[in-house]
Amino acid sequence: MKVNGIPCRKVFADVILEEAYRNKDIFVITSDSRGSAKLEEFAEKLPEQFVEVGIAEQNAVGVGAGLALCNKNVFVCGPACFYSSRGLDQIRVDVAYTGTNVKIIGISGGVSYGALGTSHHSLHDIAVMRTFPGMKIYLPADRYQTEKLTRYLAKATESAYVRMGRDIVPDIYSADSPFIPGKANLLAEGNDIALIATGETVFHALEAHHLLREKGINAMVIDMHTLKPLDTDIIMRAASETGHIITVEEHSIYGGL
Amino acid sequence: MSQIQSLERYAVEVRKNLLKIIFAASSGHTGGSLSCVDILVALYFGVMKIDPDNPGKPDRDRFIMSKGHSVEALYAVLAKRGFIKEEILGTYGKYNSPLAGHLEIKIPGVELNSGSLGHGLSVGVGMALAAKRSNMDYKVVVLMGDGEHGEGSISEAITAASHYKLDNLIVIVDRNRLQISGNTEDVMALGNLAERYKAYGWNTLECDGNNISDIIETLSSIKNNSGKPTSVIAYTIKGKGVSFIENRTSWHHRVPTIEELNAAICELDNLLKLKYHES
Repeated sequence: MKVNGIPCRKVFADVILEEAYRNKDIFVITSDSRGSAKLEEFAEKLPEQFVEVGIAEQNAVGVGAGLALCNKNVFVCGPACFYSSRGLDQIRVDVAYTGTNVKIIGISGGVSYGALGTSHHSLHDIAVMRTFPGMKIYLPADRYQTEKLTRYLAKATESAYVRMGRDIVPDIYSADSPFIPGKANLLAEGNDIALIATGETVFHALEAHHLLREKGINAMVIDMHTLKPLDTDIIMRAASETGHIITVEEHSIYGGL
Repeated sequence: MSQIQSLERYAVEVRKNLLKIIFAASSGHTGGSLSCVDILVALYFGVMKIDPDNPGKPDRDRFIMSKGHSVEALYAVLAKRGFIKEEILGTYGKYNSPLAGHLEIKIPGVELNSGSLGHGLSVGVGMALAAKRSNMDYKVVVLMGDGEHGEGSISEAITAASHYKLDNLIVIVDRNRLQISGNTEDVMALGNLAERYKAYGWNTLECDGNNISDIIETLSSIKNNSGKPTSVIAYTIKGKGVSFIENRTSWHHRVPTIEELNAAICELDNLLKLKYHES
């Protein structure tokens, strides 16, 4: 595994800019978060497809739903911790319940913000988002999967929540690795135990796989990049082949993966 | 009969129908529905560019009922205007009916699911912005309650509407001065809402929200090239049209008894007789 030089949020920003050049209905909204979401270039190059709402997450989501109801494909981008709390009622009603084509891109999720403290952590986001009927949830594990997910979302019509981290993460996949929404990736076979990880923790599950192998334990590793809809087939397979499942996630154990 | 006289008659019919469906469902928001009937009739019959035969027409004017609990009034107006069949009004609130206690976009003519207050204006800002960015000239009208202005999200949306110079966006505030717990000024004082909007950089108009002629005249005076969104503070009476419901907090979501329903319908019929000397 090699460490690349680009965080997933930057990959998202580059890919969505490329897609938005081709599709004038793609809109990006930020709440004074264009810097942290790496969207300065988008704002500069495609101002007619960019909407800044200032520090106002509720309004960002509501405005996004309004644009989506006028046939725009909307990406609302900003810190995961704030969108999954301050913007939550708008996500519940205007996005999920109304079924609008709005994708919430929660950046710097989990404990990415580290020493900035608990207010900036999002260890609750998946739990709340997955209870909303109609909401899809994705956590890409590296830059390649982020690119594929972004290209998929640029064409998809759905309500979705995407969480990505802040820092650069090691490559796990390659450019030709598959990404099929709703279908988890089996990264390592094993019959002693199964590790099911999501997002940035997939890398750590693979590290654990190698350490366990040195001790003679064969661990299956699954990248559950789509948390909703959940790939239950692969979970059943992991359960029947190993008898033991450990989930690995950057989230509260309540309601996460 | 003048157009205004026709619309005033429609408003009476709408009031009767909304009371009937609230009674039949044994559920509803009687006071707030009655207060906004004249505004809805003015919009759907006198102001908005809409087509019941083609409710999703791309260049239609958009109406968002942010005070989504006054749903019975909108259902009765949508039926009168031909968006939904009159027959389904009777199914309101019943199992499997498309007509729930708050709005859903599956109903022709409804633009947003509602029920959580303080959402409609942000969505309206998004729709108005979409028009600007797509060079379309439709208007977006958002009807809000006065008590609803307690929600902080409205300040966010008011600010953005002004920032983006959305002169295709109109807010109408159903200023009936009552919310579920009592007088708005006792619960959490709103003060002068017109001045509040003005301070945010909006055009601000005021009208008698129970006078269809005044509502149409006021809305028609709005210029669409002013570079500013417009708010219309429509002064209304909660429960308008039925003497024993008017201005009573308890009627926020009280359901009439059969005797009260009959008395209310009788009053509304008499209103027409007195006004137009009908027999």
